Amino acid sequence: MIDINESVMQFLLAFVVVGPLLGAVAALLPAPPGLKGKSPEQAVLRHGVTVTGAILIAAIVLALGFDQGHPSRMQATTDISWIPALDVRIHLGIDGISLPLVVLTALLTFLCALYSYFKPPAGGSPKAFVALLLLLESGTLATFAVLDLLLFFLAFEMVLIPMYFLIARWGGEGRTHAAWKFILFTLLGSVVMLLGLLLIGIKAGTFDMVALATDNGRSLTASVQVIAVLAIGIGLAVKSPMWPAHSWLPDAHTAAPTVGSVLLAGVLLKMGTYGFVRILLPIAPHGFHTFAPYLAAFAVVGIIYGSLACLALAKRGAKGDLKRLIAYSSVGHMGFVLLGIATMTPTGVNGALFANIAHGLITGLLFFLVGALKDRTGTTDLDTLAEETGLALYGKAPRLGGLLAFGAVASLGLPGLAGFWGEMLALFGAFKPAADLSRPAFLTFMAIGAFGTLLTAAYMLIVVRRVCMGGAEQEVPKLADVHGYEFAAWTPLVALTVVAGLWPRTLLGLTDPAVHQLLAGGTR
Amino acid sequence: MSAQPLAESLVQSVDWLAVAPPVIAAAVGLGVLVADLFLPEARKAVLGWVSVAGLAVAVLMLLPLLDGDRSTFCLTGGATRACSYTADHFTLVIQFLVLGGALLAALLSVTNLTDDQRRVPPGEFWFLLLSSAAGAALLPASRDLATLIVALEVASLPAFALVGIRHGDERSSEAALKFFLSSVTATAVSLMGISFVYASTGTLYLTQVAQRLPHVGGQLHTLAQAGVVLTLIGFAFKTAAVPFHFWVPDTYVGAPLPVAAYLSVVGKAVGFSGLILVTVVAFPSYADVWGPALAALAALTMTVGNVGALRQQATRAYSAVRLLAWSSVGQAGYLLVPIAAAGYARDPQKAIGSTVAYALMYGAVNLGAFAVAAVVGRSRALNRISDYRGLYATNPLTALLLAFFLLCLAGLPPGIIGLFAKVTVFSAAVDAGLGWLAVVMAVNVVIALFYYLQWTALLFRAPEGEPARHRVPAPLTAALTLTGVLGVALSGAPQLVLRFAATGLF
Repeated sequence: MIDINESVMQFLLAFVVVGPLLGAVAALLPAPPGLKGKSPEQAVLRHGVTVTGAILIAAIVLALGFDQGHPSRMQATTDISWIPALDVRIHLGIDGISLPLVVLTALLTFLCALYSYFKPPAGGSPKAFVALLLLLESGTLATFAVLDLLLFFLAFEMVLIPMYFLIARWGGEGRTHAAWKFILFTLLGSVVMLLGLLLIGIKAGTFDMVALATDNGRSLTASVQVIAVLAIGIGLAVKSPMWPAHSWLPDAHTAAPTVGSVLLAGVLLKMGTYGFVRILLPIAPHGFHTFAPYLAAFAVVGIIYGSLACLALAKRGAKGDLKRLIAYSSVGHMGFVLLGIATMTPTGVNGALFANIAHGLITGLLFFLVGALKDRTGTTDLDTLAEETGLALYGKAPRLGGLLAFGAVASLGLPGLAGFWGEMLALFGAFKPAADLSRPAFLTFMAIGAFGTLLTAAYMLIVVRRVCMGGAEQEVPKLADVHGYEFAAWTPLVALTVVAGLWPRTLLGLTDPAVHQLLAGGTR
Repeated sequence: MSAQPLAESLVQSVDWLAVAPPVIAAAVGLGVLVADLFLPEARKAVLGWVSVAGLAVAVLMLLPLLDGDRSTFCLTGGATRACSYTADHFTLVIQFLVLGGALLAALLSVTNLTDDQRRVPPGEFWFLLLSSAAGAALLPASRDLATLIVALEVASLPAFALVGIRHGDERSSEAALKFFLSSVTATAVSLMGISFVYASTGTLYLTQVAQRLPHVGGQLHTLAQAGVVLTLIGFAFKTAAVPFHFWVPDTYVGAPLPVAAYLSVVGKAVGFSGLILVTVVAFPSYADVWGPALAALAALTMTVGNVGALRQQATRAYSAVRLLAWSSVGQAGYLLVPIAAAGYARDPQKAIGSTVAYALMYGAVNLGAFAVAAVVGRSRALNRISDYRGLYATNPLTALLLAFFLLCLAGLPPGIIGLFAKVTVFSAAVDAGLGWLAVVMAVNVVIALFYYLQWTALLFRAPEGEPARHRVPAPLTAALTLTGVLGVALSGAPQLVLRFAATGLF
C-alpha cells in the first residue's frame, strides 16, 4: 500500500522476530531509572505492553509496506549463513500466506499483554510471566517468518518451554499434569518431525524452503517423500491438533491461564497447519498426495468428534467445563482447516488459511470472554454457572452476554462473520478435490463435514441458551459488566471478525496467488 | 657399516612441541607431588593453583599445533610410514576437550579440597588428577595399539585412586573397588583382543592394522574377528555403555563431586576417542561387525540410562548426582550413535565429527551442571534434587545457568547448542540409513526431557522452609562463568563446534 524501502522492510521483519527475544531478556533485568513505575510489578507489565506494542506496530507497517500486487513473491527477505556445517541459514521472508499469521500473532500477543497489565495473572511473579510471554511471541513469529527447515524446527521448539511454564505456573486446577501432557506430546511429535526434515534436507541437499518449493519434490524419490511426509505430518498433526493426537489440547486449555489459552488456540495451533501448507504441500507433493485421503478422513472424524464432545459437555448435568468445550470446538475447527489442506486445491487451501485466521480471532475472543466470566463468577463449570435455568448473562451483564453470543455465533459459522468463509471454502474444495484424488471419498468427507457444521451450531446455541439466557425474574446479584480494558482488548477481535466476514477479499487476495504458486511449484 | 643407520633408526628426534600438552600435564603433576613434601600445611592451597595453571598452560600449548600435521615417534624405513603419536585435528580437539574438562574439574576441586581439608590429601589428589589428565590427553594422539592401552591405563589407574581418596569414607572406598575391579576386567579383555589382532596381522600400528586386516589368511580369520570384538569391549566399558554401565551411579555418588564431574566428561572422552580410533582408523574393514554392534549398544545405552535417570526420586540422598550419573549414561548413548553410523556411512569421518561436536557441547554444559551441584552441595551436603527447590529465589543467576545447562542437555531452546548438537547426531543417523536408531533416540529425547525439565521447573518453585543462600567462592564462580559463557557463545554461534561435523578430522 505504501512504498517502503526494501532494506527497511528487511529490518522490520528481523525486528519482529528478534525484538521480543531482546525484550524477554530485558524483562528479567531490573528496570532502568526513569522506567521504574509505581512498583516493579507494574513496571515489568508495562514493559510487556510496550514491547508487544512496538512489535505490533512493526508488523502493521510491514503489512502496509507489503507489495500486495505480488503476494506470491517472498518479500522483506534476509538470507545470512548461520551454521554452514549444517547448512542452516537465517533465511527470513514473508509472503501472502505468512503475512496474515504474523500480524495475527503480533495482535493477539499485544492484546494479551494489555489484558495482563490491567489484570495481572495470579501465580508467579509478573517478571517471569512477561519474559515467557515475549519468548513465546518470538518463537511463534519466527515460525511464520523463517524459510529454512532447521530454523523452522528451532522456532517450533522454542514455544514449548514458555508455554509449559505458563500453564504449570499460572494455570488452574490440574495444571501440572496438563503442562506435562502438552510438552511431552508436542515434543514427541516434533522430534519425529525433525527426522522427516533431516531426511528431506539430506536427500535434496538443502534445507532452504524456497529452493525446495521451487524444486517441488523433483529431487526426492517417491519413497523418501512418503516417509518424510509421514514423519513431518505426525509432528504437525500433534500440534494442529488432528484427531486422534488431540488429547493434550483439552487438558492444556482447561488448565491454562486466560492469556495462555488465547495464545494456544489463537497462534500455537496455527503453527501446525502452517507447516502443512508451507512445507508438505510444495516440498513433497507426491508424498502428501499419498496421505491426503487419510488426512481428510482424520480431519472429518475430528470435526464430528469435536462437535459430539462439545454436545456432551454442553448437556445439563454433564459437569462440562466451558474452556474444555471451546478446546474441543477447536479440534472441530482445525478439522476443517486440515480438510481444506487435504483437498490439495487452491480453493481448499485458501479456505484452510482463512479458517486459520478466523479461528484465531474468534476462539481468542471466546477464551478471553470465558476468562472474564471466570474472574467474575469463580468458575467455568457450565452446570454451576447455569444452575437450573441458566446464568442469564443478558440480564446480569448485558454487554458481556452480547459479546459471548457474538463469539458463539461467529464460531458456528454464521454468514457475514469470519467463521463462515473458511469452512465453506474448505467444503467447496472437498467437493472438487485435486484431479487425481478420489472424488467419491472426498464427497463423503464433505457431506460429513457439512453435518459437522450443524452439530457445531447445535452446541454453540445450547451454550448461548444456558449462559446468556436465563430463567424467571429473581433477585440476582448483578455481575460487573465489561470493563474499559476488556473493551480495549476485545474490540479489535470483534471488529476484525466482522471485517473478515464482510470483506473476505482482504485476506483471500493475499493468500490466493501465493497458494496457486505453492501448489504449482516454484517461485518467481 | 650398518651401525650408523641402526643408530639413526633407534635414536630419533622427538617433536617436543607436538607432545607438549600431555607432557606438561604429567610434569606439573610430578612437580606438585614433590612440592607437597616440602610445603608447610598452611600453604598447601598453592598446589591447587599451580595445578590449575599447569592445565591452563597445557591447553594453551595446543595453539601452536593448530595446523594439525605433526607426528612423532615414527617408524622409519619400510614401505609405509607409521607413527605412534600424531597431533592431527582429531587429536587436538579431543585434547582440548579433556584438558579443558580437567581444568574445570580442577577449579571445582580447589573449593572442594579447602572444604574437605582433613579427609583429602591435597598433594596426592592433584598428582592423581594431573596424571589421569595426561593419560587422557595422550590417548587421542596414540596411533598404535600398545600406546593406546598404555594411555588408557594411565588415564584410568589414577581415576580409581581419585574415587577412593577420601579417608575414612566407606562409600568412597567401596565405589573405588567396584570401579577398579570392573575396569581391570575390561582392560584385560581388550588386551587379549589386541594380542589376537597382533597375532593375526603382525603389527600394532593402527594404519597398518587397517591395511592388513582384510588380507588375513583363512585360518586366522576367526582369531582376527575375535580380536576386534574383544578390543572394542574394553573401550565400550570406558564410555559406560550398557551393559558396562553398572559402576557409574555408585562411583559418581561415592567419589568427591569434582571427580565425578571429571569422570563424566574426561572419562567418557577417553572411552569414545579410543573407540573411534580402533573402529574407524584400525578396523574399517570390519565395519559390518562393529557398525550393528555399536548401533545396538547405543540404543540400549541411551534407553537404560534415561530410564534409570527417570526413576530417581527427588528426595533420596545424593539424587542430584545420581541423576547426572544416569543421564550421563544416556548421553553416552547419543555419543555412540554417530560412531555406529560411521560403520554404514560412505564418509565415516563426517559421522565421527558429529560425535566430537556433541562431546564438546556435552563437556561444557555437563561440567556447568556439576559446578552448580558443587555450589549447592556446599550447604546441602546430601545434594538431593529437592534441595534445588527455590534456588532462583536465593541465587537467581546460578539458577538460570543451571536451567540453561539442563535445557542444553535436553536439547530444547533456549539451549540452542544442545538442540543443534542433537540435530547433527540425528542427521548422522539418518544419513547412514539408521532410521530405527533415530526413532529410538527420538523417544529417548522425550524421556530425557521429562526429568531435565522436572528439575528445571523445581528451581523456580517457591522455596520450602527457610531458603539457604548459597555462597559461591571464587574458583566456582570462575568455573560457572567459563561454562556459562561457553554455552551461551555456542548457542549464538553453533558453527564453532558443529564445523567438526562437516569436515574430516584425521
